[in-house]
Amino acid sequence: MRIALFITCFNDTMFPETGKSVVRLLRRLGHEVDFPYAQTCCGQMHFNTGYRNEARGIARSFVETFAPYDAVVTPSGSCAAMVREQYPVLVGGAAPATAAGFAEAVGAVAPRVYELSEFLVDVLRVRDVGASFPHTVAYHPTCHSLRSLGVGDRPLRLLRAVRGLRLVALPRADECCGFGGTFAVKNAETSAAMGRDKAAAVLESGAQVLCAGDNSCLMHIGGVMSRQHAGVRVMHLADILASTGPHPELDTFPSGDLAAR
Amino acid sequence: MSNGSAFLGLPAFPGAAREAVGNAQLRHNLRKATHTIRSKRAAVVGELDDWEELRAAGKAVKDHTLRHLDHYLVRLEEAVTAAGGHVHWAADADEANRIVTELVRATGGHDVVKVKSMATQEIGLNEALEAEGIRAYETDLAELIVQLGDDRPSHILVPAIHRNRSEIREIFLREMAAWGEPAPDDLTDEPRVLAEAARRHLRKRFLTAQVAVSGANFMVAETGTLVVVESEGNGRMCLTLPETLISVVGIEKVVPTWQDLAVFLQLLPRSSTGERMNPYTSMWTGVAPSDGPRNFHLVLLDNGRSRVLADEVGRQTLRCIRCSACLNVCPVYERAGGHAYGSVYPGPIGAILTPQLRGTTSELDASLPYASTLCGACYEVCPVAIDIPEVLVHLREQVVEGGGHRAERAAMKAAGWIFADPARLARVQRVAGRARRIVPRRLPGPGAAWTDTRDLPVPPEQSFRDWWAAERGRPTTPRSNP
Ligand code: SF4
Repeated sequence: MRIALFITCFNDTMFPETGKSVVRLLRRLGHEVDFPYAQTCCGQMHFNTGYRNEARGIARSFVETFAPYDAVVTPSGSCAAMVREQYPVLVGGAAPATAAGFAEAVGAVAPRVYELSEFLVDVLRVRDVGASFPHTVAYHPTCHSLRSLGVGDRPLRLLRAVRGLRLVALPRADECCGFGGTFAVKNAETSAAMGRDKAAAVLESGAQVLCAGDNSCLMHIGGVMSRQHAGVRVMHLADILASTGPHPELDTFPSGDLAAR
Repeated sequence: MSNGSAFLGLPAFPGAAREAVGNAQLRHNLRKATHTIRSKRAAVVGELDDWEELRAAGKAVKDHTLRHLDHYLVRLEEAVTAAGGHVHWAADADEANRIVTELVRATGGHDVVKVKSMATQEIGLNEALEAEGIRAYETDLAELIVQLGDDRPSHILVPAIHRNRSEIREIFLREMAAWGEPAPDDLTDEPRVLAEAARRHLRKRFLTAQVAVSGANFMVAETGTLVVVESEGNGRMCLTLPETLISVVGIEKVVPTWQDLAVFLQLLPRSSTGERMNPYTSMWTGVAPSDGPRNFHLVLLDNGRSRVLADEVGRQTLRCIRCSACLNVCPVYERAGGHAYGSVYPGPIGAILTPQLRGTTSELDASLPYASTLCGACYEVCPVAIDIPEVLVHLREQVVEGGGHRAERAAMKAAGWIFADPARLARVQRVAGRARRIVPRRLPGPGAAWTDTRDLPVPPEQSFRDWWAAERGRPTTPRSNP
């Protein structure tokens, strides 16, 4: 099976560690992963903000870049959802001359794109990835993982099998964190209010670490918590699953007393 | 389209929302109310094993009807006329207001009682009647609160959701006398006492009114029957006591048959109030010789709906049965409140319906498609499966094509240019990596929208792409499958 990593433009630029975690994790499970260098972005930001033609151009290079692979794994629920759910929509408005080829490429590539937890559970059929992370973790199901992709409890199943990890429930987990791409800037106050409510739920959970499958949402929630000096870290699911032991720096952030402040 | 004058000249969504976000009392009221209805809905929907089938049936009936809307409207007109009613067609708000005003004038009356109706608020009927010396009295409890408080509705089902009971008590004490029966001096803020005061205030109004104005939740084409669902009984009074009944109804409210209606009478109460069955369901077919109004007029309102129907993606909006389930689950509505949406249609449905009915030329209307994180909670609960996120994105496209957002367009173009070439992306990432130490904690200009409330992560020294290249050498893409 030829596996490609789609790192996403955002992780590539801002959170390379998450990509390294995916590579390490898959290698530990006995799978080599390739990084096709021609990849850039899935086009989600353009599509969701109303720039459909630009998004289509980006989608064209995406399907071309990843066509040779049997599976594409990505540490982002929302980018996986963009490819699987919205690329077929983009086919609709393609120029007649190229529509058929594009439709075929989308039909071939889009179904083979998996969010990390889907890839581990459905394709590799693992639950215990051999990770160790002796800390208290809450999981936030990001909206696109939850509602567009329907990853269900796959991330929780993976987290439960991590040695030492104590999983605590996140109150009102299915409520949006307020990131929403350009929404975070266009409607900054509303976005921040939602982020603060999410941060409050995280503190209520008693977790040391908030985990999710999208670094974009985590950057937003983490940004709010960092501003509040909440003492809770955010970590991508991949970073926890790649971990093989304690992270001493987490213990310098006891969440309990700060939550009470 | 002309519009309820109360909504003219309002600020764009982000600004209006900012105010609401800062109002702790309002946010508390909204959170409490929406979460209560939300859980009630979830419980009664969860009881049915065939909810998804019902939902699919509701969607299918509406889609079929909309596809043959001309046919069913003509059938409806024939049936209503045969039953002794009169049908009027109104292309826009002005025409509808004119028709209703003339009909009221012809009765010689100066007062009308009203059943809660979104369509008449959409066209600003009360204000239009007022200008002609006719006073419209709202009889739904929440609408009454809004009317007495000279306020605007902020929720489809619970228009005064932004008010708590002590505020309602104050409004009743202050305003009721000017509109008729005054509130008793010993009025408390107990819900039962407040409801009793409203009941007394309205009672005489019902008994003396000559004309009633209503909307309708459904119109059954095969028999010409109109249906109003409500939970206070005020609707039943208005629909049966006065001599003349005028109903203003959007053309998308028609359903072909009673069998179709049965689907919606199951979907609506569970989605709307979280009840298994609706308390007061009134149905009437034209006029009956010994019962109810003597004269019945149906004003069929287009007001932009044909245009919505012509849009392949947008037309699903017309399936809406105004249950308000999408408002009650919307995290943005919960924080921003209904007024920020600047129309009688707040929340997710408003964010897609208003820009389609009014266009996106005003700053407010152009900001509505962006009043969402696209979290999809609305789509999940919508009883007629309107893919609200899909329509939002579609409308954003229209705003962009309409020439809005110049700075954003330039930024998107630049981003597109960078993403077109991985080497370009790598160069940009290196610049960001080098600048990492000099990024200030609080950004100026548009970046401040982020850093005012959230810390920004420091960009890494090395992008993933550069790490990979250093580690493995620049990889080549393997050739396609043989
Ligand atoms: S859009 Fe759907 S959920 Fe919202 S009010 Fe209309 S029918 Fe109800």
